[in-house]
Amino acid sequence: MKTVRWILGALVLLGILLVVILYATDVVFLPSGREHSGFFARALYIVILSALMVFFRILKGPTPADRIVGVDILGILVVGLCAILALATDRSWYLDIGIAWGLQSFIGTLALAKFMEGRTFDD
Amino acid sequence: MKSRALMFLAAFAVWCLLSWPPTALQLAAGAAASLLAAAVMGRMFITRHHMLGHPMRILTFIFHYMPVFTWELIKANFDVAYRVLHPGLPINPGIVKLKTGLKSDMGLTFLANSITLTPGTLTVDVDKEQGILYIHWIYVRGRDIDSASRAIGGRFEPILRRIFEEVVP
Amino acid sequence: MTDTIGLVMIVAGLVFDVLGCLGLIRLPDVYNRLQASTKCVTLGTCSILIGTFFITGFTSTGFKALLAVFFLVLTSPVSAHAISRGAHKAGIKLWKGSTCDALEERNKEAQQ
Repeated sequence: MKTVRWILGALVLLGILLVVILYATDVVFLPSGREHSGFFARALYIVILSALMVFFRILKGPTPADRIVGVDILGILVVGLCAILALATDRSWYLDIGIAWGLQSFIGTLALAKFMEGRTFDD
Repeated sequence: MKSRALMFLAAFAVWCLLSWPPTALQLAAGAAASLLAAAVMGRMFITRHHMLGHPMRILTFIFHYMPVFTWELIKANFDVAYRVLHPGLPINPGIVKLKTGLKSDMGLTFLANSITLTPGTLTVDVDKEQGILYIHWIYVRGRDIDSASRAIGGRFEPILRRIFEEVVP
Repeated sequence: MTDTIGLVMIVAGLVFDVLGCLGLIRLPDVYNRLQASTKCVTLGTCSILIGTFFITGFTSTGFKALLAVFFLVLTSPVSAHAISRGAHKAGIKLWKGSTCDALEERNKEAQQ
């Protein structure tokens, strides 16, 4: 039973990755025709795919801690997304957004963890 | 005072990196902002001065600690990838104790962070008075305190003791 | 040449990102999920950022990428530690196949 589920999951994941690598070659809001633009579009779709997996955990998570882990990981993924956007459009201020987002998500995660611990926000 | 000056330099360096081709106006604005930050928060930046006295400590940090840490981080990722992709999910988790001889705050923080990013281990709680770390281990190999300490903390503790402790034994 | 190194590092980072998120789905309890996802996603994103630095070189984008790597390596283990400690204090149990729980024993001794 476990092996059947593993094979099914692996087939679904590999199928999605294959479709992304073969067909998803451009994004609407990215400038096309630049160097490596097809590669950056595929990379963007793969990061969005892993973000969807994190969203699954956030929605389903049996305990509050699972959801907080999901939010933390999503904050780190967004930094990578910003780096790929900065490469694809050649605008460096996307990485400013990335740094600020990473630090904010760190502080937010600390606050959520303290809140789960059942203490006040003071210490 | 030394702490404030160092805070000013660090904040100014970050500002210069963020606004890279630097112009005169930007440099002036950055100096003003860094001065403000150093005047308000400067006292908290460095609380232990003995680290600055020996350049050997900083050299050890850069040339001994960082390569070991990077290598362990890469090994940890392949370990996790193997465990996630294996159909049988080869995990045997548990929380074990680890005894450490480090006393300073910075040393304990760096030890906990290094343990979190090395293969299969995650720091759950720190007991500072007795020097005991509680570690979640994804594949428990030895449950008693000595074997766990050797297996997990053995690589980092001697290096960190030479960097962060006041008196090197 | 540096372009190729950068692209290879971005591909490696994407692979580790997907594997970390897969671990977040597959593994059984909070602590195991935290291990897999923190390590894999941190190194994956750092690899993407270092690839960005290799492609762009010493420009503003490259310096910002290095700064982001610094902050990421410094902050992500701290948040993982905070979440696991909070989860244990909130009373979330380990997976039923776990072997030992030294922290639980310590708390029981402290209560008696």
